[in-house]
Amino acid sequence: MATDPIHQFQISRWIPIEVGGLDFSFTNASAFMVITVATAGAFLYLTTSSRGLVPGRLQSISEMAYEFVASMLRDAAGNHGMRFFPFVFSIFMFVLVANLLGLFPYFFTVTSHIIVTFALAMLVIGTVIVYGFWKHGLGFLKLFVPQGVPVALAPLVVAIEVVSFLSRPISLSVRLFANMLAGHITLKVFAGFVTSLSALGIAGVAGAVLPLAMTVALTALELLVAFLQAYVFAVLTCMYLNDALHPSH
Amino acid sequence: MFVASAYAQAAEPPAGDLHTETGVAVDHAPEGSFPPFDSSTFPSQLLWLAITFGLFYLFLKRVALPRIASILEVRRDRIAQDLDEAARMKEEADAAVAAYEQELAEARRKAAAIAQEARDAAKAEAEAERRKVEAALETKLEEAESRISEIKSAALADVGTIAEETAGAIVEQLVGGRVDKKALAEAVKAVQS
Repeated sequence: MATDPIHQFQISRWIPIEVGGLDFSFTNASAFMVITVATAGAFLYLTTSSRGLVPGRLQSISEMAYEFVASMLRDAAGNHGMRFFPFVFSIFMFVLVANLLGLFPYFFTVTSHIIVTFALAMLVIGTVIVYGFWKHGLGFLKLFVPQGVPVALAPLVVAIEVVSFLSRPISLSVRLFANMLAGHITLKVFAGFVTSLSALGIAGVAGAVLPLAMTVALTALELLVAFLQAYVFAVLTCMYLNDALHPSH
Repeated sequence: MFVASAYAQAAEPPAGDLHTETGVAVDHAPEGSFPPFDSSTFPSQLLWLAITFGLFYLFLKRVALPRIASILEVRRDRIAQDLDEAARMKEEADAAVAAYEQELAEARRKAAAIAQEARDAAKAEAEAERRKVEAALETKLEEAESRISEIKSAALADVGTIAEETAGAIVEQLVGGRVDKKALAEAVKAVQS
């Protein structure tokens, strides 16, 4: 049971809370959301508290994160897009820190649950839709009608555009969720090999070297994936926000 | 996950170690479904995500990001200011060099003028001296000439008397007896003219 690769995604109630028949318990997932937010917030707050004109290492990290996301957003959505900067930065930091914390043994990975990534994706798409209609009114629907399309083809193209728009939250959330889930399952499976092989005696211990090496390599890969998925999520957020800002392609 | 199990245990009625795992699973997935797809956990996940992410967003928007932005802003301003300062100093240095060059040229010009003046003055003085000396010589020459002519005329005037005396002496020697002075004078005058 201890090597069950799915077990790490179990949610356990820590403080049961039930309102109107719905379960709002404070769970291990909730705790790690709090830890994620506290870690990211504290890091950004404490490293910049000296407001050094010449930044130290940690302050550089905060500044680099800031400028990284800022240039990402500016490239994708232009200077108008900077109004969404706190939003995009929050999403990036939340996903990044949640992914990175999930790499610690025994830690729960917040982003390995589809409901969390789907909620974040819906938050992005909801922002795009609400802001798009608020800013451009019905002009926002021009998003679905690319310029210079022959009239005969227009219905088909519009249908494709609508479908692609609707699939965005799904692809956005499933990408992050599946990457985290698959990575952690793979890690757990290989790490499980190490323990079950070494239980077999000397020969088993010698044989366990291979899955151990694999686990180490996978950990490095997961570190990359943790960053990459946060980046991809943020970049796609920027591009979708660009649609809300400039609906006519 | 052992940590999580321990907490789960505390929240649950006491159970055997072997049952802890199943006990946790029973928590939300009585039919043993895959935990991420267990919809009974969704309300809790959504609520806590909303709370934590909302607070995180507000904190970043109100506190952390403005602070980083101001740090970057201050640095950018400072660099721009320093560059301006450097440009201003360079300009000042250039101006100082130009002023120095100008001063130097002025000094050279002045020195040349002074030297020229001195040369001219010396020349003029020498000229004046020469003139004065020449004039003095001229007057002396004239004086000498006039004296010579005076002496000459005096000498010429004396010539008559000498001739008279000489003639008187000669006549006295040759003829003997006294010769009238008047006659002598007339005779000498006659010879002279």
